Amino acid sequence: MRVELRGITKCFGSLRANDNISLSVPPSTIEGVLGENGAGKSTLMKILSGFYSPDSGDILLDGKKVKIDAPADAIRQGIGMLHQDPQDFPPLKVIDDFILGKKGGLLPNRKNAARDFRELSSRFDFSIDPETYVDSLTVGERQQLEILRLLWLGARILILDEPTTGISLPQKEKLFATLKKLASEGMTILFVSHKLEDVEALCSRATVLRQGKLIGSMEPPFDTRVLVEMMFGKEVPQEPKTQLQVGTTVLSVKHIDLDGIRIQIKGVNLQVRAGEVIGLAGMEGSGQTLFLSACAGLSQPVGGSFCLDEEEKEMTGRTYHEFRKKGVAYLPAARLEQALIPGLSLTEHFILSEGMRGFFIDRKKSEELAKSRISLFNIKGKPESTVESLSGGNQQRALLALMRDPLKLILVEHPTRGLDIESTIYIWGKLKERCARGTAIVFISSDLDEILKYSDRVLVFFAGKVTPPLDANTLSVERLGRLIGGKDWDTLGTEAAHA
Amino acid sequence: MRDTRSSRILFQIGAILFALIITTLVLFLAGAQPFAAYKYIVLGAVGSWDVVTNVLVSWVPLLLATSGLLVTFTVGLWNIGIEGQITLGAIFTTWAMRLLQNSGWNPSLILVIAMLAGILGGLLWALLAGALKTFGGVNEIFGGLGLNFVATALNIWLIFGPWKRPGVASMSGTLPFDRSLWMPIAVGSSRLTPATLVIAIVGIIAVYAMIEGTYFGLKLKAVGRNPKSAYIMGIPTWQHMMASFAICGVFAGLAGAVQVTAVYHRLIPSISSGYGYLGLMVAMLVGYKASLAAPVALFFAALNVGSIQLPIILKLDSSLAGVLQGTLVLFVILGHGVRAKLLKKTKVSS
Amino acid sequence: MNNSALVTSIAGVLAAAAPILFAVIGETISERAGVLNLSMNGMILLSAMGSFAVALATGSVVLGFLMGAAIGALVSLIVAFASLTLLQSQVAVGFVLALLCRDLSYFLGNPIMGKVGPRISQVPIPGLERIPILGTILFRQDVMTYFSFILIVAAWFFVFRTKPGLTLRGVGERPTAAYIRGANVNRLRYLYAAIGGAIAGLAGPIYSLSIKAGWKGTISGLDGIGWIVLSITIFGGWKPFRAAFGAYLFAFLQWLGLVLQPSLPSVPSQVLQVAPFPLMILTLLFVNIGNAEWVDRSLARLPENVRRDIARVLRAMNATPPAALGAPFEKE
Repeated sequence: MRVELRGITKCFGSLRANDNISLSVPPSTIEGVLGENGAGKSTLMKILSGFYSPDSGDILLDGKKVKIDAPADAIRQGIGMLHQDPQDFPPLKVIDDFILGKKGGLLPNRKNAARDFRELSSRFDFSIDPETYVDSLTVGERQQLEILRLLWLGARILILDEPTTGISLPQKEKLFATLKKLASEGMTILFVSHKLEDVEALCSRATVLRQGKLIGSMEPPFDTRVLVEMMFGKEVPQEPKTQLQVGTTVLSVKHIDLDGIRIQIKGVNLQVRAGEVIGLAGMEGSGQTLFLSACAGLSQPVGGSFCLDEEEKEMTGRTYHEFRKKGVAYLPAARLEQALIPGLSLTEHFILSEGMRGFFIDRKKSEELAKSRISLFNIKGKPESTVESLSGGNQQRALLALMRDPLKLILVEHPTRGLDIESTIYIWGKLKERCARGTAIVFISSDLDEILKYSDRVLVFFAGKVTPPLDANTLSVERLGRLIGGKDWDTLGTEAAHA
Repeated sequence: MRDTRSSRILFQIGAILFALIITTLVLFLAGAQPFAAYKYIVLGAVGSWDVVTNVLVSWVPLLLATSGLLVTFTVGLWNIGIEGQITLGAIFTTWAMRLLQNSGWNPSLILVIAMLAGILGGLLWALLAGALKTFGGVNEIFGGLGLNFVATALNIWLIFGPWKRPGVASMSGTLPFDRSLWMPIAVGSSRLTPATLVIAIVGIIAVYAMIEGTYFGLKLKAVGRNPKSAYIMGIPTWQHMMASFAICGVFAGLAGAVQVTAVYHRLIPSISSGYGYLGLMVAMLVGYKASLAAPVALFFAALNVGSIQLPIILKLDSSLAGVLQGTLVLFVILGHGVRAKLLKKTKVSS
Repeated sequence: MNNSALVTSIAGVLAAAAPILFAVIGETISERAGVLNLSMNGMILLSAMGSFAVALATGSVVLGFLMGAAIGALVSLIVAFASLTLLQSQVAVGFVLALLCRDLSYFLGNPIMGKVGPRISQVPIPGLERIPILGTILFRQDVMTYFSFILIVAAWFFVFRTKPGLTLRGVGERPTAAYIRGANVNRLRYLYAAIGGAIAGLAGPIYSLSIKAGWKGTISGLDGIGWIVLSITIFGGWKPFRAAFGAYLFAFLQWLGLVLQPSLPSVPSQVLQVAPFPLMILTLLFVNIGNAEWVDRSLARLPENVRRDIARVLRAMNATPPAALGAPFEKE
């Protein structure tokens, strides 16, 4: 089926997520939709699948205008979407999840459904037991379940939103084989990704979005350099890094085993030294967040130990607040959910973070404190502004302004996610200032350039496996990308930077 | 529509009107004369100096309960177990007075000790609900409800068992204490006790100052609005929840002590008089803000006292006060929702 | 106690559990869809009073039961409207309605206090009632007790074996995913709030037209039942059979309290009546303790095999609520 989007525009408040986008995809095509985080890819796909309604613009299927106001309409038209976070029901059995949403009948015909499920599974060489529970599946298996379900519902247009995030390499290879097979059978596939490698390996055409606008399309053979330029604008040359002054150890991680909900990590070793920056790279959900939160006492390891300050202070099993007292700060990615308090003003945040003495709040003093911090960190907001009224970049600046001084160790999730260039540079400037004064930083990022640009050493996470610390100066984007994708892990033993 | 003070007041007036309309319909449904009913409620609340003092007598425990609840609401907790905390306060007060009534000590000293015992009772019961919540994962609403029933059972057991009147135990409660152990009554009034009035007023002012002006109050707010962020900012979350339970327990215990020493002068089966639940309603009505709590609690107390005479004069049940209070709070909540919807719509279209 | 008295008592426990069962199953269905109806206590009182008033006026118990269901549905719809459409706290609205409905029932029920009205009687099932022991226990009950047996199985079948039941679970668990699969989340939530409310509303007339026939205002002994119902719903882990077990356990404990009364003359009967309540708290503690953070923390220090065993026991007892319980659904 031919899918055509004409002049699609969608705004969220003042943000133009999609700006007059027109795109036509013929049947039997795997169309790659490329763009960095926030380019508008997901919004466009959610419009096609009926999750959002566009402000203006039309959707045409085989040349006929269709009205898609709700996901139910999209399903009826044969459009199925695999969301980035599989939209399934963890507490249900696989077979129940499979049936949920299928129209018709009061009683589900479990036997027929199970038979169809097995038939479809064997067609694509998937092996999921329909009687297990969804929450026991890996992310890759949950994707497979969703794909089978959409095919069973009769989808003829398949949308996949960042499907290669969080799945293993064999699962990815299986997914690509499946998609190629489906396309050869006449399926129209829209493959949304910010990973060039995946698009180049799979797609018969690539379209690039940037800041809500359609920039252009390209057919194979793909010229990576051109695609990168379309996605990010002109390529930024890496500036040489200043030589690191290695300080004393502030955190030593010894044989740490972690047990997460979906992921297990075994035997991580790391010495974090004063003044250095360590980047944690990997697809989201590969274990970085679990590791970082354990370094702050926010989740408990099942084996191994943490020590602060040259093995002086054994911290295993201690709470986050004990880590915090020893000079560890944690900056979560979900700013309004986990780091700031909506409804409270900037001043009130500064009062709370300062841990002021006394009983009654000193209004005058706290207002002065807020004013000085606001100007010092260049926050666009007033002392009485509530934090939710600030933009993302200013919220992140506020978070930095809230950190105490001095600190031994700063743990940051996605320090610049969703921020513009100016804020990004500013935030890293402030973080590096801290490093110069001897603070160590461990951060998570899914942006490879950020990892390479700011880290001294890098740990790569892949499906719970962790590399030894790698020297960032000798690491290329390509090699990092391959490690993140699960390749070259057998060669690691020899070249790891000494820990 | 814009988010202005006047639109907020407009909606509050609307809520009051709706509540009056619904209550009037209910009165018609009961075959009563609505205006007569309203008239006798007003007369019953402000018609004479005596009833006015009765309103104040009822205001004291209600305001104490509301003050405590404002603290638990600030930290985001629904302390529905306050009824039990009031009951335990009353039980501990009675216990202390029974132990000391024949000691020959100065009555004032006995009363002070009895009040402190009441505080201890409320505190313990509140900490129990808090511990169930913090260490047992039991939602404070269900843990609190269960503890309310247990407190009631304990109370009845005491009245009918160990503390029963000489002769036959009855629903009228334990034997009244000697007049010398009553909280001193104001001159020219039959029941008003100035000491408790002072305690209640000081209490609400203290709560207001604490929530709005202290570091501790700000931390409570932070935990109440976003416990996860508060924890990350270094605020001990469960400790603050327990502290707010404790403060609420102190106020509830005081309310129970007042019921025993200043109102009933004995322990009766329904010693809490439902002030805990009514306090929850007052707190909801004032949007969990301390500044309005005192007048609204006074209004609710007036409705309660005003409707006491209804069964005798108009053969209507005195629960009419509850109907009026309930519809009022309901429409205020609904009004909040409608207003928020309208504000959002205006914001989107502009 | 001789055998036949015991058999009669068991039959009595089953009958006494019937209204609680209706209320618990109704609440379970509503909460499965994501709507927490905290108004239960007042709603049962109001439906008891309202249905008795209708039955008294019309002489028809059927109309009385319909009135009970209608009141239950109406009150639930108010909670649903306030929370789903106006996005207000379900707890706040439910609590206000719990008090408001209670006072309404006392106020409006004042004129019919203590009047004698129609009631339903026992309908022995021919043939089956002659089965020794079981016949007396199961087949000499009133109609609503029979329905209560059917309700348990029907509710279980609906929730766990039918397609709409599957969608119901999906809506309460992950409304966004259910919406993506074509479910109209808010419409379904309204629907199940109303259905659950109607079923729970039948608890009122089962009291006022059967096991505690008539309306006695504040001394009806019904105040408090609704709160227990909410606890049993949690205890039941949102599963009909486990909920039924909770309801029967509660009725059994209340009966036990009455039986023990003569042998414990020093304990007033009111105390034994509430004896199940502290037990209910204890069970809630067991049901919930696996969720507490300190349990995780202390488990982490134990050897692996011990830890896994304890975790398994905790998980088996644990009752996980529908993930979206109480949370409004907005797609954008």
